[in-house]
Amino acid sequence: MKKVAIVGVGQTKQEASKPHQSFAEMLYEAVKAALNDANMWFDDIGNVVSASSDFWDGRTISNMAIQDVTGTTYKKTESKVASDGTYATVYGMMRTLSEYYDTTLVAAHCKGSEGNTRIITNAIFDPLYQRAIGLDAISGAALQARRYMTKYGITEEQMAKVSVKNHGNARNNPYAQLPMDLKIDDVLNSRMISDPLKLYDCSPISDGAAAVILASEDKAKEITDNPVWIRGAGYSIDAFYLTDRDLAECDSLRAAASMAYRMAGITDPGRQIDVAEVYDSFSYQELMWTEGLGFCKPGEGGKLIDSGRTQMDGDLPVNPSGGVISAHTVTTAGLVRVVEAALQVRGEADKRQVPDVNTAVAHGTSGYCGQGNCVIVLGREK
Amino acid sequence: MSDEYVTLSTKLAMPYRYVAGVIGSKFFTELRDNKKILARRCPECKRVIMPPREYCPKCFSVKTDEWVELSGEGSIESFTIIRYTEPKIQPVEPPYAVGVIKLDGTDGGLTHIIGDVDLDKIEVGMRVKAVFSDERRGNILDIGYFKPI
Repeated sequence: MKKVAIVGVGQTKQEASKPHQSFAEMLYEAVKAALNDANMWFDDIGNVVSASSDFWDGRTISNMAIQDVTGTTYKKTESKVASDGTYATVYGMMRTLSEYYDTTLVAAHCKGSEGNTRIITNAIFDPLYQRAIGLDAISGAALQARRYMTKYGITEEQMAKVSVKNHGNARNNPYAQLPMDLKIDDVLNSRMISDPLKLYDCSPISDGAAAVILASEDKAKEITDNPVWIRGAGYSIDAFYLTDRDLAECDSLRAAASMAYRMAGITDPGRQIDVAEVYDSFSYQELMWTEGLGFCKPGEGGKLIDSGRTQMDGDLPVNPSGGVISAHTVTTAGLVRVVEAALQVRGEADKRQVPDVNTAVAHGTSGYCGQGNCVIVLGREK
Repeated sequence: MSDEYVTLSTKLAMPYRYVAGVIGSKFFTELRDNKKILARRCPECKRVIMPPREYCPKCFSVKTDEWVELSGEGSIESFTIIRYTEPKIQPVEPPYAVGVIKLDGTDGGLTHIIGDVDLDKIEVGMRVKAVFSDERRGNILDIGYFKPI
């Protein structure tokens, strides 16, 4: 099969709020950065795939209001993925593979500051059976965290280590919202939000945008000497009702990873992948996702963080950017993972660069408790 | 947000009427009128589906064809104590506990409130029983909460 490459990336700083920009103006900043990165102009873009959420944007058909900043007005094809930006990347890859377009701009934005994340995420749950008890993204995740701790003996200290590591890594990332120098006790002693999740186990509410430009194999070679190849992609989804799942397991991530690895020819992810950017909305999730991505066995995410392998100086750094726990732009955070993973492969991640990256993984989730997962394997070689 | 920029504070209040369908209607009617909790059995794999659905999510082949009355008892698989306040979505004042409750005789269960309990004493595996609300309106809060037994 022909391959698709990432030839340009852009992102805004992720912040608690951006009152100086409307969400479209914020997205323009990311799109322009990606075009500049690829040394391209709007006219060079074949089509656009966007990712955003009507509820977070507070309007019906949210992508209708971004056409003037994605360069599509009057002349281009655009369609939206109402889900995480990793899915938009895979969709963009497919459009490019169709050979109808040789370039695709993938653009995602979210202004968490403008809505109410608790009310919006409560509305993810089934209105008849679940919503009325007041569940939202945080309390849903808390149920998953406790189940994970119960089944596998994961400790609050191991969860806290993720928060310390990622907020610490965020200090090297000028685009992250919450660079912090935390100690494990700071996390353990932070305010209880929804047991067992404490303040520093939880990601913040964020504003930000990201953009990626994809190109066909032939076009990519014209555009850049440094293409980042999409070697594999996969996605999968689990059951909707929490009571239909074992919340300690991330079966859909295992399936998504398996699909992506098969396409990429990866048989031993823990050794063949040099760096991973994963969607850690909550501290415990990074531990679970490292299991789902096959970096360790099921239930051994706690041991993996204890081993130090996922630290910046380990052999498999996870979330050098600071991860989603340091900035959580919903529907956009997965595309930020793609941007960060691409920068790692290019060797252009500045202070957060991991040495000698050949292969990187970007991971996105959608739905509560990681119901849906998307995995993208990026590489220096095809 | 900063005072130097203009923001428009408003609300999108959108009414909805969510349909329960044949299966859901029976479930909520029995809850309201007879304090019965019903689940559905799959004729293929014999799985007892809760919340009840017309189709088995595992077999995906035939319609479920049998109602199963539950005891209302089960055990807590996981729980959390919600400590933040969001009155628009919360049925009771925090702090309050919600749990993943595996219901006896089913392959599923309900996520629901755990009540009439010392919040510090809730444990995984704890046995609980549904307590019905005095005023029942044909919705999921006709079960007021699950209480330890």
